[in-house]
Order: sequence, then C-alpha cells, then structure tokens
Amino acid sequence: MGIFDETGKFLLDMVQSAGQGTILFWKALRQLRHVLRERHKTRRQAFLYGVCSIPVVTITALFTGMVIGGQTGFELKKLASGLETTVGSIVGAAMCREMGPVLTAVVLAGFVGGGMASVIGTMKVNEEIDALEVMSINPVRYLVMPRLVAMMLAVPTLTVFADVVGIGGGAMVAKYQLGVSFYTFFDGAFTTLSVEDVLFGLLKGWVFGIIITMIACQQGITTTGGAEGVGRSTMRAVVYSFLMILIANYLLFSLIYRPFVGGF
Amino acid sequence: MGTDVNSSESTAVPVIEMREVRKRLGGKQVLDGVNLAVPGGSTTTILGMSGCGKSTLVKHIVGLLRPDSGDVFVEGRDVGRASDSELRDIRKSFGMVFQGSALLQSLTVFENVALPLSEHRTMPPAQIRERVAEVLELVRLTGFEGYLPAELSGGMRKRAGVARAVVTKPDILLYDEPTTGLDPVITNTVNEMIKDMREKLGVTSVVISHDIPSAGKTSDRLAVLHNGRILESGPPEEIMNSALPEVRQFMEGGTRGPLTND
Repeated sequence: MGIFDETGKFLLDMVQSAGQGTILFWKALRQLRHVLRERHKTRRQAFLYGVCSIPVVTITALFTGMVIGGQTGFELKKLASGLETTVGSIVGAAMCREMGPVLTAVVLAGFVGGGMASVIGTMKVNEEIDALEVMSINPVRYLVMPRLVAMMLAVPTLTVFADVVGIGGGAMVAKYQLGVSFYTFFDGAFTTLSVEDVLFGLLKGWVFGIIITMIACQQGITTTGGAEGVGRSTMRAVVYSFLMILIANYLLFSLIYRPFVGGF
Repeated sequence: MGTDVNSSESTAVPVIEMREVRKRLGGKQVLDGVNLAVPGGSTTTILGMSGCGKSTLVKHIVGLLRPDSGDVFVEGRDVGRASDSELRDIRKSFGMVFQGSALLQSLTVFENVALPLSEHRTMPPAQIRERVAEVLELVRLTGFEGYLPAELSGGMRKRAGVARAVVTKPDILLYDEPTTGLDPVITNTVNEMIKDMREKLGVTSVVISHDIPSAGKTSDRLAVLHNGRILESGPPEEIMNSALPEVRQFMEGGTRGPLTND
C-alpha cells in the first residue's frame, strides 16, 4: 500500500509541476517584450549557464564519445574484420541525434536546474520575491524570463559543442585503439549525418532548455518551509526535469524525427 | 468578544479598510473576520502573539494574499479583487519593510535601495543616485553603498530595508516586525524613523509587532489581534489600560490567562 501511495503522490506532484511550469512558461513568453530591457541580466545568466557549464559538458561528452567509439568499434571488429571502419557513422549519429542533446540536458538539469531552483527557492523563503511584488516588479519578468532566454540560447549551443567533443573523443579511440584513420572516421560520420540531424539535435536542446528552466523556476517560486523546503525544491527540480527530458525526447523522436527527418 | 474597530475610529477617512476578512491557510483559520480601519497620516500598530496572523493580515493589505471572504480597500480601491496589473498600480503607493529585510542578496545596498526607482524608470540615473544617497543618510548607512547584504549586520540590513521602502516616497508604509532582534539603540533608531515618516512626510503607517514599548512610542493607534480577530483598537493609553482580560494579559506579558488557555 505504501509504495503505491508514494508512487501515486510522486506522479501527481510531477504532473502538477509540469502543469504549473507550462503556465509559468506562458507568463514568461508574455514578458519576452522586455527582453532588451533585461539584456544585462540575460547575458549574465547565459554566461553563468553556458560558459561555466563547458568543463562538465566537455568531460561528459568526451568520455561518452570515447566509450561509444570503443564499444561499437570492438563489436564491429568481432563481427567482421574491417567493419570497424564504419564506427565514425555510428558515433556521429549517436552523438548528434541522442547522446549530445540528452546528456547535455541531463547534466544541465543537475548542474544548472538544481542551482536555479535553490537560488529562486532561497529568494522565496527570504521573502525577496514578495519584496519584488510589493515594489511592483513582476518576478516573472525579473527572474524567470532572463533565465529562460539564457537557457534557450545556452543549451542548443552546448549541445553542438557536446556533439563536436563527443565525435572527437570517438575519433581518438578509433584511431589509437582500433586503427581507423581520422579521414575514414570523419568520412563515415559526415556521410551518415544530415543537416536535419544536427537541426533536430538543436531543437531538442532548445526544448530541453525550456523544460529545465520552467521546472526549476516553478519549483523555486513555490518553495515553502525554509532551508529544508529549498532542498526539497532543488531535488524535485533535478528529478522532474530529468524525467521530463527523457519523456520529451521520446515524444520529439516519435512526433517530429520519425515522420519528418527519418522518414519511417 | 471582538470590538468593531470602525466604531471607535477617529473621523479621518480610512486609507486602509478591512471588512470581515477571513483567510484559511494550511487547514487553520488564520483570519476570522478582521475589521480594521487605518486613518490617513496615522501610525497604527497591530499587536499580537507570535503566530496569531499579523503577517498574514499585512500581506492582505498589500495584495500578496487574497481573502477567502471579506473586503480589503486601500485608498478606496478593492485590493482583494484587483487584477494583477491593478495590483501593481496600487502597490506603487506602498513601501514595505520585511521582517527579515528581504534585500536581494545578489545586489549591493545601493542597487537594492535604487531597485524600485531603476525598475520603474521614474527618474534619470543621476537623480536616482542623489535620492538613494539621501535615504541612506536618513538611515545612517552612508558609506555602505557597495556592500552586499551578507556583509551587513542585522540592524544595518533592517535599516537598508527601511531605506528601500521609503526611497519612492510612498503614501503608505508597512512594517513587519521592524524592531525584532535589534539591540535597544537600533530599536530606538528605527522607532524614531517610523515617527519621522509620519511627522515629516505625513505617511500612513501600519506596524506589525509584539514589541509593546516600541508600539507605545511610535503609534497613534494600537489594535490587538488574537484568534484571527481584532480584539480591541484605539489610542495607546486606552489599549494599555484595557479592561479586556486577553488584552490585559498580552500587555502585562502574563503567563496565565485567556491567551494561554486557548
């Protein structure tokens, strides 16, 4: 009984968070007309989320690309000698279509989403958001919209960066452990990949950026209960956005990639 | 038991008026038919024990909470039913000093105090600098413009909060526990400031407190909140000598009586 209760509560809470996040997204979109006015805040947030995430995204993408290159390369070699030369196409497709966008988003959900929820949650429990309201400053314009714009720019950019780093990692393993030349590796990667693949990866990054921001801001703004409440909001922001990224990833594949890009 | 506050108010037109305001929060009836009228240009202190709903009451005045039933009027405008944009307009008349100062931690003292002016673009930057310097001098924080709130003491943060509240020259000031946790010297400084706001600027003030000596020094009127209702209100000397057992116990700080029997 307990496990069903808890699962039910968890799912209800996640659906509620998604619903409130969607309403907040709509409110933030309506504040986009003030984007020029908030450009300094937006630039600062974009730097914070984009540039400061480069080391963690680099390490994640590099080693993921290396593992994909190594695992698939050795399996292909086992199947038939010489087949490992096609490893570039597998690493390229895996990084640009799935691993780049999803891993970047998952890393940012923890790294940026958690931070965002805890900052806004702390502001909420310290009555800073009430103070903004009393000063007739719309918290959605002041806090949410600049973060949304910054993440809509930062996540796709970091996704492309992760694609490049991951493919580079795969190429190094292919060359030094499988004996596949860089030319063969990149020729395979670029032959398989289409512009649509890269654009679809960017679209994913853009959608994931919105999900991370809206869940983090929604959790932050609805924080109650002091330091413990901030911790709870932070944890929920990370877990809910992580799960919603995975769900959205499948929906994007099913509704956009399969019919319009994959053609199957 | 509840006294109808309106019946004992002065003849001045109330700037803030609450009629039969009820609010339930977290399963508890926090406000249970509050009636309150605050005359223009006066300082009214709402007294009550911790957790009796004082902060909830003040949040209704500024529209941070909406009543489940009843009316809240500020300068004749219905705060309880105002749209978000109307509320933003109504709030331009307000300044509020929060219990924990509520300064934005990422901004310096100068940026915090200048925030309502720079966000609403009511004056050019040079004039904003001048106005901020003026209010920082008023709260004796000149020289601390570049400090972050975390680098200030509790009293200094409170004073910076007061500076931010008055920088727009509001018509109405709300103070949520302005002297809680302050040493006696800073408490008196804050009390003097509250008096100055009324005497020099003619501001209408509502102070939420359980600091009876400070309330006696700064207020024209006291109102005692208990069990979600205003038990009694009137001039300080009248309330200090109240015949109501609950009010007497609160004023005397007695550990036994109707307040502690609830």
